Amino acid sequence: MERRSAAPSQGAVPASLRPSRRVGLHARAGRFLTPYLLIVPAAAFYAVFTIYPIFRQFDVSFFNWQIFPGSQSPFIGWSNYSHLIQDPEIRTAAYNTALYVVITVPVQMALGLFAAAMLTDRLPASTLWRALVFIPVVTSWVVVSFLFAYMFSPSGGLVDTVLGLFAGHAVHFDWLAQTWSANVVIWLVGIWKGVGWSFIIFLAALDGTARDVIEAARVDGATERRIWRSVVIPSIRQSVVFVLVLLVIGAATVFQSVWLITVGGPYGSTNVLYTYAYQQAFTDFAFGYAAAIGSLLAVVLFGLSLAEIQVLRPRAD
Amino acid sequence: MALAIEAPTQAQLKPATQPGLLGVKTWKKTRLAIALVFALVSMGPLLYMISLSFQPASEIGTGNFVLLPSHPTIQNYVQAWDTVSLGRLLLNSTIVAAGTVVLTVVCASLAAFAFARYKFRFKEVIFYLFLASLAVPSVELVIPQYLLMDRLHLIDSLIGLVLIYVSANLPFSIFLLRGFFEAVPRELEESFRLDGATNLGVLTKLLAPLSIPALAVVALFAFNAAWDEFVIALTLINSSSHFTVPIGLALFIGSHTTAWGPLFAASVVATVPNVVAFVISQRWFKSGVSLGGIR
Repeated sequence: MERRSAAPSQGAVPASLRPSRRVGLHARAGRFLTPYLLIVPAAAFYAVFTIYPIFRQFDVSFFNWQIFPGSQSPFIGWSNYSHLIQDPEIRTAAYNTALYVVITVPVQMALGLFAAAMLTDRLPASTLWRALVFIPVVTSWVVVSFLFAYMFSPSGGLVDTVLGLFAGHAVHFDWLAQTWSANVVIWLVGIWKGVGWSFIIFLAALDGTARDVIEAARVDGATERRIWRSVVIPSIRQSVVFVLVLLVIGAATVFQSVWLITVGGPYGSTNVLYTYAYQQAFTDFAFGYAAAIGSLLAVVLFGLSLAEIQVLRPRAD
Repeated sequence: MALAIEAPTQAQLKPATQPGLLGVKTWKKTRLAIALVFALVSMGPLLYMISLSFQPASEIGTGNFVLLPSHPTIQNYVQAWDTVSLGRLLLNSTIVAAGTVVLTVVCASLAAFAFARYKFRFKEVIFYLFLASLAVPSVELVIPQYLLMDRLHLIDSLIGLVLIYVSANLPFSIFLLRGFFEAVPRELEESFRLDGATNLGVLTKLLAPLSIPALAVVALFAFNAAWDEFVIALTLINSSSHFTVPIGLALFIGSHTTAWGPLFAASVVATVPNVVAFVISQRWFKSGVSLGGIR
């Protein structure tokens, strides 16, 4: 393309020699360069706004970082990390994070798989059901967090009102005032918003399982349980691992629901790792310490991502 | 043995009759009931939110439970439009989301084209480098990204948001598109090239049209991610004229009083684009996910 403008001035050159040589060189250089040129835009974005910040975060974690212009940031080695071990508040945050992972991930997967198994074939209006189950995934965390906060409010909240119907008397339970119940609300938001995602992945996987194999097994008199164990589960194994890995990563870095529903309260007791790190950075301006928290979790999550790469590796045909 | 030969044909004709007619009918009803429960739990809170958004000030946030407004009003919508300049928020979010979708689709398509159709040094290494960051969700890097944007003078800028969102969306998009592009037969590409198509022509006239489902999923995810993103926008944007919708919603929550009615009115407005985008891309959704290689 860029050569076209130069073409008229080269009109004097014998046409017999020029084009063929030029095309030959051009084509060879082009074949070599094309793939690199194609990935340059994506790689540039990625290098500057994802890769560089990852290393920058490690870097900052070794300093007593000062954000205000003109102030010096002393290098303090591993001090931020040794502070991590002694900080009682981060123990609470780590515990809440682990609890969030252990509770929300299996529940999301189980419900997602169950829904996918129930809605998979020949159900009337199956497209509609599937769309409805998926809708919470596309809603915004901010919207959903505030909505759940309102539904769990102690006076006139939907949940207490429904509980009151069962109890036979008015219930005014303040869910967000206590640590355990505030955690329950945060878990429910995560599960409610997340089920549709694992559902859609499992649905695709189940529809990909050879129907005729299942049908044949059924004809041969295999029980439903046997069919699931021997045919279905092996064929969706890869999806199960994929969903598991991504859900664990998402759950380990939960932030918005906690930040918007409890702000880590009461008294920091519902903090998770990232709400704590965020407060450290942007409320207390302890950027170095917050970066240490982020870096440590990044290392842990990187271990998981290795497993993920194994799973996502394109299969050779 | 004679039975075994007959059975499959019967099963193909009327698979539903296999375990006994009555059993299947009840089973189907049970599954319909389960589908209904799932749909109700999914949609219930959202429908309730719509109801809340039409409740007058005498009903919402007063400590009394009201399922449906006795006198529906659009007062909350009017108030939301005035108090947090919802129009401005929607415009900012539209700019950010549109920029993110376009740049993500273009950059991811180009890169996926290279990964799917070319041999080059370090191809798989680079590909896995991209994939590895699926393990790094956006909240993870907010601190160093803030420091970076501070240096680039992109604090309080919508462009800064777009740059970060595109970067965050690329890995999954490239992964999904690579799977789709690889599934297109090479013979098709060769005959296309024989007809004089350029590299870009192969991508835009052959691979992209055949990968509409994947492109739809990529666009939907990029749109939702940009439209809903909260943490980075909260951190980078500080002047109210640059607020995006999620930041604007948080403005309704005061330390003493919360304007619940306008909050939910604005929430309904904020959710409409999510739902519309999903409904539009929904018909490609399942093949987009399943053929992309997530199985």
